[in-house]
Amino acid sequence: MKVYLDNGATTMTDPQVSDTMAKYFTEVYGNASSLHSFGKSAKEALDISRRIIADSFNADSREIIFTSGGTESDNLAIKGVARALKDKGNHIITSKIEHPAVLNSCKSLEKEGFRITYLDVDENAFIDLNQLKESITAETILVTLMHANNEVGTIQPIRRIGQICKDNNIIFHTDAVQSYTKVDIDTKKIPVDLISISSHKIHGPKGVGALYIKKGTPLTKLSDGGSHEFDVRAGTENISGIVGFAKSVDLSTPEHIKLQNRLKDQLIDGIQRSIPDTVLNGPRDNRLCSNINISFRYIEGESLLMHLDMKEIAVSTGSACSSKKLEPSHVLLAMGIRPEHAHGSIRFTISRFTTKEEIDYTIDTLKPIVEKLRAISPLK
Amino acid sequence: MMDDYNEKVIDNFRNPKNMGSMDNPDAEGEVGNPTCGDIMKVFLKIDNNIIKDIKVKTFGCVAAIATSSKMTELALGKTLEEAKDLTRDMVAKELGGLPAQKMHCSNLSVEALHKAIDNYQKKHMTKEHTTD
Ligand SMILES: Cc1ncc(COP(=O)(O)O)c(C=O)c1O
Repeated sequence: MKVYLDNGATTMTDPQVSDTMAKYFTEVYGNASSLHSFGKSAKEALDISRRIIADSFNADSREIIFTSGGTESDNLAIKGVARALKDKGNHIITSKIEHPAVLNSCKSLEKEGFRITYLDVDENAFIDLNQLKESITAETILVTLMHANNEVGTIQPIRRIGQICKDNNIIFHTDAVQSYTKVDIDTKKIPVDLISISSHKIHGPKGVGALYIKKGTPLTKLSDGGSHEFDVRAGTENISGIVGFAKSVDLSTPEHIKLQNRLKDQLIDGIQRSIPDTVLNGPRDNRLCSNINISFRYIEGESLLMHLDMKEIAVSTGSACSSKKLEPSHVLLAMGIRPEHAHGSIRFTISRFTTKEEIDYTIDTLKPIVEKLRAISPLK
Repeated sequence: MMDDYNEKVIDNFRNPKNMGSMDNPDAEGEVGNPTCGDIMKVFLKIDNNIIKDIKVKTFGCVAAIATSSKMTELALGKTLEEAKDLTRDMVAKELGGLPAQKMHCSNLSVEALHKAIDNYQKKHMTKEHTTD
């Protein structure tokens, strides 16, 4: 049995999505900026897709910009706002557990003279709203905090974060790449100015994403070029990818979330029942339906990952040994998890295509592997 | 990262030799710490200056387990002096090479072996001194 439990990294493109995309390579291949019928057909597909994404946020079509993915959306939001507001202030607030697309955007703004506050998180990866409030100064122009964390699935209270930003007249950006289609954001109810999303995490094609930009939000474009995407993001639109992205949004239903929540509970409970000395990293509640992150004490994550891979189960790990930098996951460390437990952490991320049988197989396969690795561990 | 391991490394990881602990070892040596993510503990049975039996316990990645296993095979049957001449590079070479970033932190098993031998020799030196 081949079991893919790394949907946090990327997902299978839904066959209905790739089927929908096919004709946008060979039939509707016009440039959406062209005036002829080829261009108009492409423009029409672009408009419909934009409408679908906008509806998912209860937003206006003109508030959606298509990009090349979550990374570009984060860069555009953070650098775009910072540079547009640099005369107003130079302070940005983020957290220690953000995705590198956010953290490294902030790092590069530090070099441009911006000052960044990296908020701490508690043992379940939640930020402290009081620390957020206390960090705000007259110079603060932007708060960028992720909606759901990619490693441990923690869902931040973005309504309250947004309200704090709104009360202080500060722009609020959230990276919702992991939570999109799993936790709703109604932009009419939740005060948020920018939202990054990505297609390949929700069974759409890779290399497509979007940025929601609330009307009136100041933003300097990153790449110079034509006036595509309301003059915010230059470059000929990736129509097939955008159509596929919209289709993947159309195909996601609340039923999928219920299914994943059931499978998540099955996997957490199954592992904790059959294998001693395991710890769930991150919260049990306010956790993404797709994320399970467990530390297996006394063993190292890469070894466990490789044994699972030999049994055709694909997972990921927060272990240092698996990273090029040889440092344990910055998220787990920020949560105060001891390095030796971080080393033994495995992330299982499920999708709407995951089955109960796959979860059973994973639990059954894990047990003897963990026992074998513990038998040779000097820590046990 | 995974593609960086060659087949020999994977094979040694999959079927590691001489893993586990030992009753009444003549010497033990441990290196590494949990923070860095690799710990190796070596147990030796020594007779007439020769390594008669060796076991290793390893907490660590694929490279750590594969190099531990290979080290035990290289050390078994050697004199203590020969075993002290074993190097990380020799272990890595026997495995057909390791990814560059794994050469240092994970390829520590030779150090654990040397530590065990040192412990053994110190113990014996002090014994000799007391008989003087
Ligand atoms: C939270 C988060 N933000 C941003 C990204 C980057 O998205 P993309 O791969 O579309 O560039 C990812 C995906 O790895 C993510 O998990």
